[in-house]
Amino acid sequence: MDITINKQLVQKGEKDQDFTPVFNINNLNLWYGQDHALKDIKFDIPEKQVTAIIGPSGCGKSTFIKTLNRMVEMVPIVRMSGEIVYRDKNIFDPKYGVEELRTQVGMVFQKPNPFPKSIYDNVAYGPRIHGIKNKKVLDEVVEKSLRGAAIWDEVKDRLNENAYGLSGGQQQRLCIARCLAIEPDVILMDEPTSALDPISTLKVEELVQELKKDYSIVIVTHNMQQAARISDRTAFFLNGEVVEYTDTSTLFSNPSDKRTEDYITGRFG
Amino acid sequence: MSRDKTNQKSIRSMIQENKSSRSQSAVMEKVVPKIFLICAIISIFTTLGIVFTLLTETFTFFSRISIVEFFTNTRWFPFTSDENADYGIIALVLGTLTVTAIAMVVAIPVGLAVAIYLSEYASAKTRKMIKPILEVLAGIPTIVYGFFALTFVTPLLDKIIPGGISIFNALSPGIVVGIMIIPMIASLSEDAMNAVPNAMREGAMALGATRFEVAIKVVLPAALSGVIASFVLGISRAIGETMIVTIAGGSRPTADINVTESIQTMTAYIVQVSQGDTGYGTTIYYSIYAVGMTLFVFTLIMNLLAQFISRKFREEY
Ligand SMILES: Nc1ncnc2c1ncn2[C@@H]1O[C@H](COP(=O)(O)OP(=O)(O)O)[C@@H](O)[C@H]1O
Ligand SMILES: [Mg+2]
Repeated sequence: MDITINKQLVQKGEKDQDFTPVFNINNLNLWYGQDHALKDIKFDIPEKQVTAIIGPSGCGKSTFIKTLNRMVEMVPIVRMSGEIVYRDKNIFDPKYGVEELRTQVGMVFQKPNPFPKSIYDNVAYGPRIHGIKNKKVLDEVVEKSLRGAAIWDEVKDRLNENAYGLSGGQQQRLCIARCLAIEPDVILMDEPTSALDPISTLKVEELVQELKKDYSIVIVTHNMQQAARISDRTAFFLNGEVVEYTDTSTLFSNPSDKRTEDYITGRFG
Repeated sequence: MSRDKTNQKSIRSMIQENKSSRSQSAVMEKVVPKIFLICAIISIFTTLGIVFTLLTETFTFFSRISIVEFFTNTRWFPFTSDENADYGIIALVLGTLTVTAIAMVVAIPVGLAVAIYLSEYASAKTRKMIKPILEVLAGIPTIVYGFFALTFVTPLLDKIIPGGISIFNALSPGIVVGIMIIPMIASLSEDAMNAVPNAMREGAMALGATRFEVAIKVVLPAALSGVIASFVLGISRAIGETMIVTIAGGSRPTADINVTESIQTMTAYIVQVSQGDTGYGTTIYYSIYAVGMTLFVFTLIMNLLAQFISRKFREEY
């Protein structure tokens, strides 16, 4: 994993494609024990766009996005090979701390997981652990993040109430606000609307459209319509491999791989 | 398919056959709850009986010794002629509280550290190995701890502390009571921390929190009610602990506490009187009920406090 090679990779990515990549992934393999969950993944993630990942259940979507902020390493039996370059830095380089990576690459989970604290403390949690103590600064960050997650108007009068009093959809937007509070560069979302009702889902989808002006977003979804609605590029995963990865409109209207076509026309999965 | 059907049929007929024996189980359904109810009633009445005895004997005591003297006198000196005797519970209470305080200074930090290690750092394998060891430690008879205090810890302290230490003292049993309580606090706190959903740890990790920050700023607050409950149970246990303080603490009740000198706790006093040849009906005899009552009130307050605190600190998730 040589830094100079990584630099070349970034430049190559810029030349080959018409976007600036935030992530360059090359030859990524991942095993859970003997189970080969990701196979030779090659993937460039564009800046300030929405990248959707679709595929049948168990194909490795969650595993893949959890490698991007190294959360996958919480599973003790995981082994990996290959390289992931985030803005010129090899994320597995011991000098580049995993905590620092995670302040740049935030994550929103499938099930809303606010802390059992007040709405305010939830959003202030990230800035606080990174040493920001000034009350005025925190107040500003909290308001800005809640506004950014389109939930400010609903909670501004109850910032000191427990986050678990919110509805599921509000909790998920609160988790997005919590993520925005440390001003990340990339936001990873793992099926963020699968536990939500249709109206909350719509709100989160609108929010994603809004957020891509400032953030690069990778979203896993099992819902193809959602991918078609909100993403710029879509990757189709199958059995731990990237079958096809291209513009969303191309992938849905003119897939080049038979398996992609079968999947999007509902013939399997 | 056809095999499935024959299977289903035979199960159906088996159920049919078993229906005949249902009448028998119907009797069971009626009788068993009654037996359980009787058991519950017996245990409630036993408790009431204990409290009743405690109360009547305590009243007899207070008909001889004024309640004001009992709570304000700082001297406890019953083994003398009746007119010279002093019954000031403060001396015994201070003995108990000193030992309890020393025990908690030992048990809370160590127990909590063990709990955090087991719940947040240890691999599943290590946890599986250490948890049973904790349970074994918690099962060691307290008399073993008592002799450990007297024959090992006290001589050790005598070497370490400049100026030495009395053979009977508050420090040694205090430390050993603390050691005895560590497994309880560790185990109960670990249970509370383990019950915190992993999703919360992931949420914090994804914000760039270190494992330590996750443990201290997410898991511990979320588990606080259980953790505090374990502390209070530990305190209750220390207040009620008898064998260790009887063996290693001595029998010199004093309000003038010096941890290197002999003291006496409420429990140790009760043992001392029960073992002696104090006659039934003497003031000394009744005094152990008054002391027992005080002990009872202390633990009751601790339990109420535990409930109050854990409700106040509860973080719903
Ligand atoms: N913690 C784990 N331990 C072992 N195997 C896992 C674990 N998580 C996922 N897997 C396996 O990895 C494969 C991909 O899972 P996942 O990434 O969760 O798929 P998806 O999100 O696309 O449904 C599956 O075969 C799954 O069984
Ligand atoms: Mg998944």
